[in-house]
Amino acid sequence: MSTPDTTAPILSARGLHHSFGQTEALRGIDLDLQAGEVLAVMGPSGSGKSTLLHCLAGVLVPDGGSVSYRPAGRSPEKISALGEPERARLRLADFGFVFQFGQLLPELTAADNVSIPLLLAGTKRPEALRRSTELLERLGLAGLGAKLPGELSGGQAQRVAVARALVTSPAVLFADEPTGSLDSLAAENVLTMMLELVREAGTTVVMITHDARTAAYADREVMVRDGAIGAGYRVPA
Amino acid sequence: MNNSLTLLGLLSREPSYGYDLKHSYDRYFGAGKALAFGQVYATLARMVRDELIRALGEETGGGPDRKKYEITVAGQDRVREWLFTPDVPSESLQSELFAKTVIALLLDDDADRLLDVQRGEHMARLRELTRLKQDADLLRVLMCDHGLFHIEADLRWIDLTSARLTQLKKELQSA
Repeated sequence: MSTPDTTAPILSARGLHHSFGQTEALRGIDLDLQAGEVLAVMGPSGSGKSTLLHCLAGVLVPDGGSVSYRPAGRSPEKISALGEPERARLRLADFGFVFQFGQLLPELTAADNVSIPLLLAGTKRPEALRRSTELLERLGLAGLGAKLPGELSGGQAQRVAVARALVTSPAVLFADEPTGSLDSLAAENVLTMMLELVREAGTTVVMITHDARTAAYADREVMVRDGAIGAGYRVPA
Repeated sequence: MNNSLTLLGLLSREPSYGYDLKHSYDRYFGAGKALAFGQVYATLARMVRDELIRALGEETGGGPDRKKYEITVAGQDRVREWLFTPDVPSESLQSELFAKTVIALLLDDDADRLLDVQRGEHMARLRELTRLKQDADLLRVLMCDHGLFHIEADLRWIDLTSARLTQLKKELQSA
């Protein structure tokens, strides 16, 4: 029996290429993420940051190169070689997502929004609501579970989006400008609470941001420029 | 940061011994670099000479730490003038980096790398300040924030310069 390699990265990208029509969005990206690591992906608009995140998360299949995922206690999977149903399963069960604008469903309460991923995964509604309410409390939103998104402040709504992303205890959280629409203080609250939860759970995080102060919450950052990772970052040999 | 005027400002609250002033200063402003006693007493002596403060009830044969000081009217005026005079934004770092970037381009060297190296240094400091904020009291948080926003401004300049290197090189070569 072989010993599990605990130092192997949880996510690895090798030689990622992707184009949209004539535009090359990714031009040969290599990237490794260790389990529990918080990585900030920085870079100017149009540099390929979001395309990279979408390829890592199995939202997009890259034109070239591969993305490998090594979940704890399970066999590794090559995300870039999976079909859409398998990638959808991974995204629901193993990954969490937070976007710049929370993308909460406006007609559902905060607690119901957070419950959605659990309900989709087959959890019964009372249990889903119990877990959602508990997580909302951890994010400083006790008593606000019955509010509609429109009744919450920007920072509160974004914390609901964070709760929705974390309620399934994902192995990897993908955050695309999670605080991009918030003022400094609200952004700090969202980030601090989000990172406290992920560090406690050992969740790996890929966080896109163009904001250096946001990136400073990460363990390290990579700079994407013209579809390639900038100087200063090399995949360990 | 102007240590003399900061001490004078602290002294304008109430008469104090040099020893207590030093500890007040360290508590509010001394994160990472406490004031030396010698510096405090030298500053106090200079302020006495300049009639910004005066010694109270000097004990015979007492050293500088046995004196209690109080601020004079002139000292209070000086503090208010200091408080409400805006400071010139510091440009020393920017000009140094600018000079390095221009020289690198003139030498046909790797200006991109130079900016990347500086960005890495700035990001490391940002992370350090961000960590310091965790579990800190509000006073410390505000001090860290001040540093964070200044470093962020430098980083924005670095990014913008980095994006304009090709154009800058052309302009330098045609100048």
